[in-house]
This record gives sequence, structure tokens and C-alpha cells, in this order.
Amino acid sequence: MPRLDMPESCVPEPPLRHVRQPLPHDSARLHVQGAAPYIDDLPEPRGTLHLAVGRAAVARGTIVTLDLSAVKAFPGVVAVITAADIPGANDIAPTLADEPMLAETHVIYHGQPVFAVAAETRDAARRAARLATIEIDAEPAAITIDQGLARGERVLPDYAFVEGDPGAVIAASSDQMTGTMHIGGQEHFYLEGQIALASPGESGAMLVHASTQHPSEVQEIVARVLGVPEAFVTCEIRRMGGAFGGKETQGSQWAAIAAVAARLTGRPCKLRLDRDDDMALTGKRHDFRADWSVGFDADGRITALDLMLAARCGCSADCSAGVVDRAMFHADNTYFLPAFRIDTRRVRTDTVSNTAFRGFGGPQGMLAIERVIDAIARRLGRDPLDVRKANFYSEGRHVTPYGQTVEDFSTGLALIEELERTSDYRARRAAITSFNETSPILKRGLALTPVKFGISFTLTPLNQAGALVHVYRDGSVHLNHGGTEMGQGLFQKVAQVAAEEFGIALERVRITPTSTDKVPNTAPTAASSGSDLNGMAVQIASRTIKARMAAVAAETFGVPVEDVVFRDDHVVAGNRRLEFGELAKKAHAARVSLSSTGFYKTPDLHWDRARGKGRPFFYYAWGAACSEVTIDVTTGETKVLRVDILHDVGRSLNPALDIGQIEGGFVQGMGWLTTEELVYDAAGRLLTHAPSTYKIPVSSDVPADFRVALFDDENRADTIYRSKAVGEPPLMLAISVFSAIADAVEAASPGRGVLLDAPATPEAIVTAIGPFDAATAFATLVSNATSRT
Amino acid sequence: MTRDFIRFVRRGRVVELRDFSARTTLLDWLRLDERSTGTKEACAEGDCGACTVVLARRRDDTMAYEPVNACITLLGQIDGAELITVEDLAAPDGTLHPVQAALVERHGSQCGFCTPGIVMSLFAHYHRVSAPPTRAEIDDVLAGNLCRCTGYRPIVDAAIAACNDRNDRFTADEPARLARLEAIADDEDILVGDDGAFFAAPAREDTLAALLDAHPDATIVAGATDVGLWITKKLMPLSKIVHVGRVVGLDMIEESETTLTFGAAVPLARAAEDLGALDPDIAEILRRFGSVQVRTAGTVGGSIANASPIGDLAPILLALGGTIAMRKGMAVRTLPIEEFFIDYGKQDRAAGEYVRHLTIQKPGETTLVRAFKITKRMDEDISTVMMAMAITLDGDVITSARIAFGGMAGIPKRATQVEAALAGARLADPATWRTAASRLGDDFTPLTDQRGSAAYRLTVAGNLIVKGLAEMAGTPTTRTRVKPRAEVFHAAP
Repeated sequence: MPRLDMPESCVPEPPLRHVRQPLPHDSARLHVQGAAPYIDDLPEPRGTLHLAVGRAAVARGTIVTLDLSAVKAFPGVVAVITAADIPGANDIAPTLADEPMLAETHVIYHGQPVFAVAAETRDAARRAARLATIEIDAEPAAITIDQGLARGERVLPDYAFVEGDPGAVIAASSDQMTGTMHIGGQEHFYLEGQIALASPGESGAMLVHASTQHPSEVQEIVARVLGVPEAFVTCEIRRMGGAFGGKETQGSQWAAIAAVAARLTGRPCKLRLDRDDDMALTGKRHDFRADWSVGFDADGRITALDLMLAARCGCSADCSAGVVDRAMFHADNTYFLPAFRIDTRRVRTDTVSNTAFRGFGGPQGMLAIERVIDAIARRLGRDPLDVRKANFYSEGRHVTPYGQTVEDFSTGLALIEELERTSDYRARRAAITSFNETSPILKRGLALTPVKFGISFTLTPLNQAGALVHVYRDGSVHLNHGGTEMGQGLFQKVAQVAAEEFGIALERVRITPTSTDKVPNTAPTAASSGSDLNGMAVQIASRTIKARMAAVAAETFGVPVEDVVFRDDHVVAGNRRLEFGELAKKAHAARVSLSSTGFYKTPDLHWDRARGKGRPFFYYAWGAACSEVTIDVTTGETKVLRVDILHDVGRSLNPALDIGQIEGGFVQGMGWLTTEELVYDAAGRLLTHAPSTYKIPVSSDVPADFRVALFDDENRADTIYRSKAVGEPPLMLAISVFSAIADAVEAASPGRGVLLDAPATPEAIVTAIGPFDAATAFATLVSNATSRT
Repeated sequence: MTRDFIRFVRRGRVVELRDFSARTTLLDWLRLDERSTGTKEACAEGDCGACTVVLARRRDDTMAYEPVNACITLLGQIDGAELITVEDLAAPDGTLHPVQAALVERHGSQCGFCTPGIVMSLFAHYHRVSAPPTRAEIDDVLAGNLCRCTGYRPIVDAAIAACNDRNDRFTADEPARLARLEAIADDEDILVGDDGAFFAAPAREDTLAALLDAHPDATIVAGATDVGLWITKKLMPLSKIVHVGRVVGLDMIEESETTLTFGAAVPLARAAEDLGALDPDIAEILRRFGSVQVRTAGTVGGSIANASPIGDLAPILLALGGTIAMRKGMAVRTLPIEEFFIDYGKQDRAAGEYVRHLTIQKPGETTLVRAFKITKRMDEDISTVMMAMAITLDGDVITSARIAFGGMAGIPKRATQVEAALAGARLADPATWRTAASRLGDDFTPLTDQRGSAAYRLTVAGNLIVKGLAEMAGTPTTRTRVKPRAEVFHAAP
């Protein structure tokens, strides 16, 4: 059972009514009754048409024939849309204008949409979409990273952090190792697939309901394809059925197609991708190849690291710049690197464009350095945890490869040392060693791995947020901000902040859908920043209104404004009290505005990418996990026996929601590193395009012994109620599972633990272990069993 | 007598439908026709469970709450049932059902999209148990419900807390609800549509035989756990569908001293009780077969008739030994199960012929059984390699061996060369294991696909032969398996 630890005060804090309470998700009661509407559940406007896309069946080539006559003739089809029909630009890329809404002449990945069908029913649209004749003059395609590297095309320039001469330092070190690791990608598998509903309005206006983490970008891209100013387009989203980064940029294309179809037909148009299309046509976590050389001393301290991270970016840049940069920013994890080259290749392949996914490159960079640490430990015959500690950031050794000082390394170290104690790491290590000595078929493994995750968008301009708060005359509050709700509980956390500010019951705060016509020019809800940014913006807006109301109260009561307090649904000054709604009425009567925007930007950030130096992160979130596994050497099957997690959320805004993010993130990360395998065929077709073949964790994969606790420490940075971001960092706690599996592989086949690639599927485990004489191994067990009886 | 409509109970009333396409899914009917959007579509192939609804049916005069995936259930299949969806659980005054309340209290929803399906799976289980369930039991109940947000821990906690007393308003109202179901129960044949396009659900076997003889192009559907995907994924324009789920007699289970016989329409969940009683490994394989929803709908006959190379039932039947009985018109024939599977996608079944029943040999006292299912994910995954092994002994000498594999060829297939190598050999001799495993390459040339490479399949299949024999020779499975043979939970029907 997890502990719902309430952080103890370091600084005395006035008692809080809402903040820090473990309240349920704002929509929990609706979720369990099927009463929380998602876009496909909204009543369809009269005359709504349904869309489907027609796909190219090669990975790279030139379209020579596009015959849509059978599509157009299919009963129920109202319109067929090709690139030539797009009123504005055929461009749905978030940054570089390198990805079209519909392929024109060149096909850049297998399955790329070539046309869209609008029909009276979803069934008619989908059937018709399969009737096109598309002839493509195919060209040789690069599908894998290695094929992409061999071809040499990039979506973005190579980029490196370099300090000193790592090659020379490695050569001069007392010991050195090299290795290569393949790190698989990951499908988001949000339960609600991509969907958009576009409704045409007057004079070229368009209202788009889109399942997106980035309504402002959908607005911008819809305006671009329609050829209208952004002010003509509104994008709204109340909730998503999961996103995980997969709806940061990847929702734009479907919203754009729906909007173009709505413009051309004059009717509302809905596009909901079938799951198989969703999986084949939307980007995923980047898979990486990591080539490393490391020099180290007799204590396992790294002297220099030379790391090459090659990422499969796919057919376009999308957000690969930030993803691969973040892999670099986390290739140190919690370890000091005296000399280094952290180099990257942003490899173009003829596959769907890879995209944001919880952790945004950080997990891949971190997995690479943890592999290096494990390798050093094995070489030296030391416990990997000791090597982790020997390299941990410490006094005088606390500047990252990108020049930011790690001021709170002692927090991270204290955290792993506490977990080392509470997980009983040393005793379990001894027990496992002894178990493995007499167990040839089943091998156990153990690992305790740390996480340090930088919080802020590394693209500094994104670190801003807006809010819009209204107080009505009855004392109810309309809450709106630029953050989007994808299940993480952002809306509830921010509502807790607003209710706390006004001193009112949470029920008075009405959460409203995110919409670009209420708060403009927003950042995506991403980079774990949702509550940090929007919580602050809402606090600022609320305080603006509160100050105006306090002035009214002060005048009414005849007291100084400093004496006015908002609490228990009242405004109080000395022995004078006024119900909050009464005060709102008075303020309105006094012609005081009860509406305000709020704007926040994260302070103290600077990043000079050209120099590779700066302070890109406002602060770090820390965590650690200790995992124990058993593997079956003969089949590669794995069972995770126990997991202990200690994670730093600062002083939690809502410990229940934070625990949910930690557990959910961990399990999602465990899926990435164990059962979730993306398999493409040589033609570039995704073979694992449905849950029948792509296996995310189910309930029985979660360890029966799962202990999760919050680390008790306030955020040093001045964040909303001294909390910390929690969306992404816990995903990387799952590296402990992978490392424990590698530990078990090492026990089965000494020297081969470092050969394990991710994900650690049964086949990957058997492959890493190498040749194994099952008959001999079982024979020892039978003779032992016989001799015991 | 033939009915030209289907009928079922919905929110206390009888709904009669006589004008629908045979391939209409229950989920589309709910979301598009009834406009009940609480039930979600996330995969449309029966793997994620977001669309789980409960069909309440009279079984032996008590109410059974059967969870199914609405996305691949055909509308016509729900004839005679009471359809319960997530919107129906809370009381009219807004009081949440115990499973709903527990999910709220324990933070069991985040994005909420999987939640309706999870609520319905737990609602079904709520009515199946009278004591708080174990974690392993809930893992099994939820194997067919994917959640991407929570990591399941709070959902499992909620399930354990809520599923304990079977004391909700549905239970209280059971006499009236059973009476309503009884009132619409009949033994009439159903045929909705006309000769060119229809949904048929005969009650009499003679009607079934005649119908298929007249319409050899019709698609036979039992649980629709496979045919459902032909509709939702392949978009096949199936116009004539014959559902065998109402045919009297096709749902029988008969046991003799040496055999078990299953009617083709026996759901896997029911067959699992009798088959699982033969051996704990068989019970575990059937527990891992799909999910509760899939086993509730999917049938013994369907699993064999579709001849999937990766179905888990066929290797078990091949190892135990059995026959398949089929009927076309008035002609019934029986053949050994091996002979039914000819090649990938090809079976010895004529157009218009249907599977009637399957008979398997029960292992005798001198026969030992082992079965293994190797998958990327332990639960609700399709086998990369599946092996079932039945070894008959005279003392330490193997007198006969039947070993069958799934995932190693285009059809489920026996390893005859391996079997031959074992005949007459000593079980406890490691040389026997090594020799047997070495013959595998003579039996199989497996393919590389998304589930595994040919090399991995051969390696693991060889290791499984050794493992099975070594276990039979006395190695405790606590030393040989990540999940020992004793750790078996047998899912309640």
C-alpha cells in the first residue's frame, strides 16, 4: 500500500482547506457513470459528415496515379478531398513546414494519408476510403535507424555538448569500455484515439473540437490550411481520454482535415481514426541507438564519456529538436561527467514522424547512462548502486554538461539513501546472490536507479501561461486557463488553488473547457508543466480579483485592507463577516470588475543553444526506484516481484493525484522497457498496429508488492505552493526494472547483461543470455530434487 | 415457428428490433442508435475492454452477469438477454453503485476513458463473488481491460473493497428481472431479414443444418470474437450471418469415464471448468486464453473451426487426443482432430458444414500432462509458442508421447518426430530430453513475425520440451517457472 504522506512543514504553513488534500479527480464521479463526454460523445450537429483517410501503401515514392472514381461513386459519399482542394497551405507541421496534410506527389511514410472521404456515415467513409487506386513509383526506403544512418539523411542538424577531449581522457583512464544499445520506441496507446469535430461558422469561421494537448497549435494549423487569420478559428477541448504526448502535435492533422472538409462541404465534419489507423499514422516515442565509450577509475568514477545518440525521427522534424535535446539533457542523469561528448544524430527515416511521449527523450538519454553505470559495475565486480553513488553529483562536482549547476544534489542523494534503507537493498542483494547460485533456470535480479528530471520547456518561450477567472454575483467562480485535461488531474489541482485563494468551497468553482477564445497563445500542456504554469496564472488572476473585492470589504467594514481575510466562504475582518457571494454582489453594485486574466512566466531561465550552456531548467524533480525481478532463462519470461518507489513532488498540491501520476508513469515506463515492442516489416509497414499485437501492461504485470511513497521536501524554487511537477519524471523510475532484468541476465550468463536491448521482451532476454544448455541445467535440478528426498 | 425480430430487456422494458443489418455491432447500436455514449470504443477488436457491457441471462434459474466486448458482439446475439451498461448502475437518486463509489474513493480513474469498461467488468464480478476477492482474481477479471493511466493499483484496491456482498439493487430486483427474461425466452428460430441478407439464430439444430445447406455462403458465428473483427477491421460486407448460440444441444457438455464432449457453442469460460479439472496447466492456459470477456463469448467450436495457428485450445486437444464431429444437411461425420487442420487458413470443412461437437480423451492415471504458453505479456496475449504435452508412462519408460504446438507452423500441429524419439525412452534420463528437443527441427520450420523470430521459436520450443520432461521427472515447478504450476487461479464462470 502506498503511503499518502503529507509533507511535514519545514516552514510553518497556515492551514490549507483545499491545497494538499488528496481529493479525487474532478470528473471521477462522471467517469464511473459514463457521464463524462469525450468528443465522440458530444451530440453531433445536424448534418454532420464522417471522414476517413485513404492511405499510401509504400514508405517512399512518387504518386503516379490517383484514381478516386470508385471512392466518389460509393453510396453515401459526399466529398473526396485531395491536396489540391486545400484552401490554404498544405502544411500541418508544427515548426518546419515539412509535413503536408495530404500527400501531393511524394509519399514519405507507409500509410501516409493521400486523400480524405466525407460521407453520411462513418461506415460509408471507411469503406469508400479503401476503394481508391493509388499507384506509386516506389523508391528504396530507410526504415530502421541503421538504414537511416547508412543513407545519411537528417531531419535536423547534428548537435553535441562537448567538454575537454573525451577520447584522450578515456584512453588515458585506468579502465575503459564501449558498447551499443538499441532502445525501442513506444506507442502512446491513449485509450481515446485521435478525433476532431469541425463546425463551420459565419464568414469563414471554424469551431474545432479536437482531442489535443495544444489547442493553440491546432488553431494556428487549422487557420493555415484554411487560409484564414487565427482569429477566425476556435479550438476547444474539455477532456482527452489520455494523451501522454501523443496529442501534442499529432492531433493537428486530423483537425486540419476535418476543418478543410467542413469548409468544402459547408457541413460539420468529424474525423475519428480507427485504432489501427491511429497506431499506424501517428508518431511514437523515438527509438534510439546509443553507442558509448567510457573511461573510469578503480572506484568506478567516470573520467570521460563519449556518447552518440542516434534517434529515429521519421519523415519530418515534428518536435524532434526538443526530444533529442532532452535526451542530451538527461544523458548525465544524476552523475557528474568531468569530460564528455554527448553527440546526436536526428535521423530521417521513411516512417511516421516520431513525436513527444512522456519524458520527451529524457528516458532514452537516462537509460543510456544507466547502462554505462551497470557496465562499469560489472567490469569492476562492484554493486551497481555503489557505482551510482560514486558518480552522483556532489560538492565541487555538480555542474551538468549543459552548464547548469545542480544545487540540490544532496536532496537526490538523501532520497536514494533513504530508499536503499527502506527497500532493504543490501540484504536483498545478498539473498539474491545466494538464490542464483543454486537456481540454474530462474534467475533473480535487483536494481536501484535514480531519476533527476529537469523541469521547464527547453524552448524557453513556451514557459508561459494564461488564465481567465470570473466571479459571478452569487459567488460562483468560472475557472479557465490554457492547460488541458488529459486525465492527469490538472483541472482539479488548479481548481484547488482557485478555491484556496478565494477561501470558498471547491463546489463553487466551475471548471470549464480549454478554449483558444478564452485564453490565447498558450503553450502545450506538456513537459510536466501544467500545474506549475497554470496554477500560477490562476493564482495571479484570482489575487487580482480578490484584491479588488478586499478593497470593497475594507470599505464596507471600515478596516484597513490588510485586515481582510477570505476564508470559510466568507470575507472576514475582526468580528465582521460577509458571505462571499454577498461581497460579490456588493462589489458588482460598486461597479468593480469581478473578472481578470492572469499571466505567468517562469523566472530565471536562459539557454544558449549555440554555446550549449545556460540554465534551461527552473528546478529538478528527483526520484528513485528499487525493483526485483525473476527471469526464466529458458523462455525469457519475466516477473516483477517487488518495486519500492520514493519520489519527490515537492510539497504536493494533491498527494492522491501525485501518487496516481507516479504509479501510472512507472507502469507505463515498465511497459516501454518490457512488453511494448514496435515491429515494422521491411516495407515500413507497422505490424504491431493494434492491442492484439502491441502489448501495454495489464493488471497482472503490476508487482503484487508495490510500495510507493512521497519524499518529504519542499521545492526550493518558488513554485505554486512549493510543489513540483510530476507528469513525466516517474516514467523513468521504470529503468530500475530494466536494470534488474539485465542484472538477472548477467547472473544467468556473466558478461552478457550489457547485451540486453530494450524492450526486454522474452526474446530479447533469451538473445542476450545466448546459448544455454537446458538439458544439463534441468538435470542438476532433478538430481538435487532426488537427493533431497 | 420463426421470429422475424430479436428482443431483449433494456432498462426494464422489452426492446424488439426487426430492421437492422446483420453485421451491426452492439456497440454501434448503443452509441449511434440508442445514443448511449457512456460505453466507449477504443480498439474495436475486443482487446481493450473499454466497451464492456453486461448481458444478464437466466442460467439454471439464476441470474448470470456476463461481461462481453460490445465492439465485437453482434446486435443479434443479445436476443433474450438483459442489456446493462455503465449508465444504468447508479440509482435514480444518484447514489453510485458500490464498484463506482470504490473507484471514486480510491482514485481508480484518471482520463476516464477505460473506466466504463472497468466498471462493467467489476459489476459483473461483483455478482459472482460472495467474499472479498484476491488480487490474483481481480488481475484475471481485469485482464481484458486496458488502462493506460493509473497503473491499475487503485483499481485493484477498489475491486477488492467493493466486490464482497452481492447486495446491490440489481440483486434485490432479481425475481422481477428473471421473470422478465423468462417472459421473452422461447425456442423459436429467429430470422431477421430476407433470403438475400439476414441475421439468423436458429433454436433447432435441424433448422441450422437446413439453413446452412441452403446458404453455404453464410457466415457462421458463435461468440463473434473473430468474426467481429472481420466486420470492424476488414470491413467485410457480411450479409448472411447464422448465429449458433441459441441452438439447443450445441451447448451441451457430456462426460464419460474416458472422454469429455463439448458442443460447439459451449463458451470457453464453461469449458474451462471441465477441461481445467483435467490438469492445472490446462486450467492456467485457459485462464490466459483471451480475457473474461473473450472467454464468455468465444466458444470451443469457434476456436477450433477458425483454425488459427495460434489458438490455444487446439494444441491441448491434439495432445490429449480427440475427434471433431461435423454436420452438413443430414450427414454427420467424425474425424480425428489432426485431420481437420490441413494448411494455413484451410480446414477439412465443406461450405454449409458446421462443427457440431468435439470429443477429447481424458488423460489416464499413467499419463502426465504439461502445457506452456509463451507470450510477450503474461495475460491476454496471443501465443508466440504454445506447447501441450501428454506422456504416458510404464514406470520410467515412455510408452507414448503426444506433443502439440501452436505458433510453430501454419496450423496447430503435433511434433511427430519428437514423439517418435520419446517412445520407449526413459523419462528421467536427460539424454532423452536432449534427443527429443533435437528432433524439433525435423517437425517445424517456424516463421518470423511480430511475435517472435523463427530462431527464438525453435529455441524456446526445444527448451519447453526439456522443461516439461524434466518437470515430469520430478523437478518442482517452483524451480522452473516464474509462475509455478501450483499458483493457479481458476476463473469463476
